[in-house]
Amino acid sequence: MTAKLANFGLRILLIAAVLAVWEAFVRVLDIPAFILPRPTSVFMALYRGTVSTMYFEHLQVTLTETLIGFGVGCSLALVLGTVVALSRRTEYFLYPFIVMFQAMPKVALAPIIIVWFGLGLTSKVITAALVAFFPLLVNTIVGLRSADEDRVNLMRSLAASRWQIFWMLQLPNAMPYIFAGLEIAMIFSLLGAIVAELVGAESGLGMLIQSMNFTMDVAGQFSVLLILSALGLALNGIVTAIRRRVLFWDVTQKLEIEGAKVKKGGTT
Amino acid sequence: MRQREWNILQGGLRIVAPAAETAAAREVIAVRRLSKRYGSRADAILALDDIDFSVPDREFLSIVGPSGCGKSTLLKILAGLLHATEGEAWLNDTAIDGPRRDIGVVFQSPVLFPWRSVLGNVLLPADVQRLGRAEMTKRAYDLLKLVGLDGFEHRYPWELSGGMQQRVALVRALIHDPALLLMDEPFGALDALTRESMNVELQRIWLDRRKTVVFVTHSTSEAVFLADRVMVMSARPGTIADMLKIELPRPRSLDVMTTEAFGTYVRRIRAGLNAGGGLE
Repeated sequence: MTAKLANFGLRILLIAAVLAVWEAFVRVLDIPAFILPRPTSVFMALYRGTVSTMYFEHLQVTLTETLIGFGVGCSLALVLGTVVALSRRTEYFLYPFIVMFQAMPKVALAPIIIVWFGLGLTSKVITAALVAFFPLLVNTIVGLRSADEDRVNLMRSLAASRWQIFWMLQLPNAMPYIFAGLEIAMIFSLLGAIVAELVGAESGLGMLIQSMNFTMDVAGQFSVLLILSALGLALNGIVTAIRRRVLFWDVTQKLEIEGAKVKKGGTT
Repeated sequence: MRQREWNILQGGLRIVAPAAETAAAREVIAVRRLSKRYGSRADAILALDDIDFSVPDREFLSIVGPSGCGKSTLLKILAGLLHATEGEAWLNDTAIDGPRRDIGVVFQSPVLFPWRSVLGNVLLPADVQRLGRAEMTKRAYDLLKLVGLDGFEHRYPWELSGGMQQRVALVRALIHDPALLLMDEPFGALDALTRESMNVELQRIWLDRRKTVVFVTHSTSEAVFLADRVMVMSARPGTIADMLKIELPRPRSLDVMTTEAFGTYVRRIRAGLNAGGGLE
């Protein structure tokens, strides 16, 4: 327990040391603030933006775009993925489209989407949904098709209907794949929303970075980046927490957790 | 489709005949001139050739043979998972032309769903066949107790040993009270000691529940230990090489394996396998 605490202290100390070196580096070499700001000015910018609730308003906009985009993209991916996985015919006709879109960097569509849907919420939601859609689509298809042959034979030997095989076997069996897809989709939809905001928006953290860039407020941009990584971590953490609850039975995940336990145990 | 209609037609015609012979030991399974070919005409592989046998009610039949003799194929046909190329298999006077609800199957691996508890796995057939949950749960508790798994109802498969998992699979196969239990090398993946104790266990359960069982294995001693009759198969093409009645008193203990009579049965099976070119 004390060793654990000491390690944690060491970790904090290391971060502090990096920040101190950075601060000293900028001061001694007299690097201009619009090239590389000092950590202290980044924290000052973060403090000011937070106190004035300005960051909070933009955070709310970006979060809304991300979550709606995630919801829309994931719902479509789950529905279409299921249809494709269950029907070879649908797969045959949709396959060229899927391959084409999958190979394309979806964020490159952001400028066109802004032209079509304007500077408001809609264009951001569509970009986020589009980027979140594909990883989940592919994982849903692969997951639903990965049911072990023995298990399918067991269901068939019980005279199960196609729907029963889907609900009782294929869907639960696909859940680890679906959750892996959801985790990627969550981060991707944040990425999509930010890119769309950078291209053209009236509010949001991406727009904030863009406008700070024009005024050469680099410290401000760094502070927004901090908020964005905190947001990404939080969103990912929520999906991971849900996954742990739902997939308590997933052996590979269990190994992962036990592995972490062993690692922690090793330090004490 | 045409095959199926033909079978139904045949079924209609056949109902008369078996009904007359119910006074004798009733046949639960009747396999008539069954053949199975895999692949197209040119390079077809004959997996089963002209298999003909029947199993009376409550008999324990072991099928033993080398790998590739088609014993698993035969079991899949009985389970309705595969269609025969020629001939037919009958279960309680109806032709088997697809999966049916009055058969329980135990596979080589336990095939448990990790997202279902032990109880949930056992109740899977009840869920699929929409049987009364309350009554089935009571049955599940009884059967789990019978196999020595009481107290494990709410555990998950990954918390159990291989032998325990296979017991859960056995209970699952029995839960809907099937007319026939098919077992495809159910203990093949277990270590030798667990396997022997599972054999004793299975005999005890069978004596308690008295199902008609078809048990596929490639262990001669396992086949003899468990069975009322042993069917010996040879490979390429799969044919019946020998059929022998095992007249050892029950319940049999593991000591029976060292007796002269047991050795005689095993030797005769070996001879049958050798004659069929099964043992190189």
